[in-house]
Amino acid sequence: MLEVKNLHVNVEDKEILKGVDLKVDLGKLVVVMGPNAGGKSTLAYAIMGREGYEVTDGDILFNGESILELDTDERARLGLFLAVQEPPPLPGVKGSLLIPAVIKRRRNLPMDNKLMDIKILREVRPKLDSVGLDSSYMGREVNVGFSGGEKKRFELFQALAYDPKIVILDEPDSGLDVDGVKLVAKLLDEMRSNGKGVLLITHNPRLLHFVEPDEVNVLIDGRIVKRGGMEVAEFVEKHGYEKVLSG
Amino acid sequence: MTMHNPDELVRYKTPEEILGYAKDYPAEVEIRGRLTESTIREISKVKKEPEWMLRLRLKSLELFNKLPMPNWLQGIEMLDLDTMSHYVKPDIEMSSSWEDIPKDIREYYEKIGIPELEAKVLHGLSAQYESETIYHKMKKSLEDKGVVMIPMEEAVHKYPDVIRRYFLRIFPPSDHKFAALHGALWSGGVFVYVPKGVRVEAPIEAFFLIGREMESQFEHTLLIADENSYIYFIEGCTAPMFKTFSFHDGMVELYAHKGAHIRFTTFQNWSKHVINFNNKRAIAEENARVDWVEGSIGSMLTYVYPSTVLRGRNSSSRSVVFTLAKGPYIKDSGSKMFHIGENTKSRIVNKTISMDGGINIYRGVIRIPYGARNATANVECESLILDDKSFAYTYPHNQIEEPTASVSHEATTLRLTEDQIFYLLSRGLDEDDAKNLLIMGFLDELFIEVPFEVANILKKVLEIEFEKLGGVG
Repeated sequence: MLEVKNLHVNVEDKEILKGVDLKVDLGKLVVVMGPNAGGKSTLAYAIMGREGYEVTDGDILFNGESILELDTDERARLGLFLAVQEPPPLPGVKGSLLIPAVIKRRRNLPMDNKLMDIKILREVRPKLDSVGLDSSYMGREVNVGFSGGEKKRFELFQALAYDPKIVILDEPDSGLDVDGVKLVAKLLDEMRSNGKGVLLITHNPRLLHFVEPDEVNVLIDGRIVKRGGMEVAEFVEKHGYEKVLSG
Repeated sequence: MTMHNPDELVRYKTPEEILGYAKDYPAEVEIRGRLTESTIREISKVKKEPEWMLRLRLKSLELFNKLPMPNWLQGIEMLDLDTMSHYVKPDIEMSSSWEDIPKDIREYYEKIGIPELEAKVLHGLSAQYESETIYHKMKKSLEDKGVVMIPMEEAVHKYPDVIRRYFLRIFPPSDHKFAALHGALWSGGVFVYVPKGVRVEAPIEAFFLIGREMESQFEHTLLIADENSYIYFIEGCTAPMFKTFSFHDGMVELYAHKGAHIRFTTFQNWSKHVINFNNKRAIAEENARVDWVEGSIGSMLTYVYPSTVLRGRNSSSRSVVFTLAKGPYIKDSGSKMFHIGENTKSRIVNKTISMDGGINIYRGVIRIPYGARNATANVECESLILDDKSFAYTYPHNQIEEPTASVSHEATTLRLTEDQIFYLLSRGLDEDDAKNLLIMGFLDELFIEVPFEVANILKKVLEIEFEKLGGVG
């Protein structure tokens, strides 16, 4: 479904990704783990086509077709969603404004139809419950004054509400307590069962104890240096990333 | 305000596009050229004014000639008054029926949706074209309550004692050069009186239209709210496109007697061919309240500073000003609060958006002299700058002598960050949606501060202005 082929990416003229191959099929949960500054977030941004992340070689395919020429929003509407690591505050923009706007745009509905908003808000309400946020969050300005955990939950909520085909999550568990981590794991598992492709990016193997990944990749210095099953994550947890390279 | 009918708006867009180029409509009287005593005498004569009003005009002219050009003004150099028409009386009989208004002129108002708004919402409407009121009507129910709303000229004849007591006394022509110019050349506008204890809940509107280029419009609005009364007044202004430009130098004087509450809202959407100078001042007596809302969207240059003199104990005032500087245009605005009585309260909210090379300047004043005990003033200025070509400057001026005063001032400058834009794009919104959402978010607090129907109109106007940025509502 989502396929990354020999991907080379420059950021500010510096090569960060040096030939990454990766595949995320529907109904699969694929993990990319690695130390900080290894290129994990760059991979996520490059897939989403963020400005400043220049693909110098290789390709990104969605449904077998290259999406390199598409803008970020076009990729998103195609069915990719990125839950970002540090969601920026949007002063004045309430959830009740953002969520319906995004859904209308994604479904190609008229943007000025206000009645639709109410319908959409009613429709997504259970998804807000499922990430453990009450409906008052829709009346709050998005990511303004949110704790780290609240931001993560609101990202997860959006991942559910927008109904993408591929969900990319960049460190969805950082800043969460154990219960939070378990909740994330449960939701990721549900997404997979519902036929979504899940690409989970993390530097902390902790979350992996609660999900059963279909594939674990280790990304170090811009390259996938190891690929396998849960045993790869366990190795990293036991010996650290350096040993992955030497071992 | 040009913008009453959202559908019209969506179809027709900006005032330039709504109204197109100025139509050539004949004037019955036009006085132009070098500004001298005889110019003033001629205007006064056409208006058949009493001697005291002529003297007031001449005194103002004298002040105009004496006073220096305000040194804070930018861009006003292009204005050469001696080349302008100072008075244009259109060849139209004033009427209280739109049927009587010549089709060409009526169309202007219809395109903006004024007659429709009148039918649906307003309890009174006064429409001015060039220098004179051409349409005037107030609901009978208000008349029965003793509310007076008449063209300013009529008030001069009908209530000379009242006019002499207030007119140019709340805002004296000695204040600055353009106040003096206004005093010398004023024409049109409305006089409103709300009797004791009467509440005018539905809004009354005055609408001003400049129809030709190289013309000056000097309407004067005087509103007196007697004790414990309430009034909600809206004024709006617009103009079609000109090849050169026109000049607006209007004045609003408000007097809120004991316990009265005045809400005064202005929507300015002049075309980009109008230099707009506004003079607005209110006096609030004991327990009185004055709320200003200023939405300044159009024009080439705008200078507007709603001001309240909090004269009585426990009086209060709030001023919410929004300005949009889009394109190579300047908005110079700011609210002024003069705390004189004890326990007075003021609040200023100033929001500006600068884009496409626009410049916003805030010049506010808080004055709390010694003896104005327990005054509270709070000022919030927020500037949103959308690109590197655009600017916002804030020059707050606080003169606080009273030790019991409590004054707060917050000023923030915001820019849309790449982080925010990417975040919204990665949800699937396009770039225009994203910017629009962030802009509407910036203005959200403003929409809360202003009355619901006003907020809706403002939103629509802004959606048009930001249409290039997409259509998220």
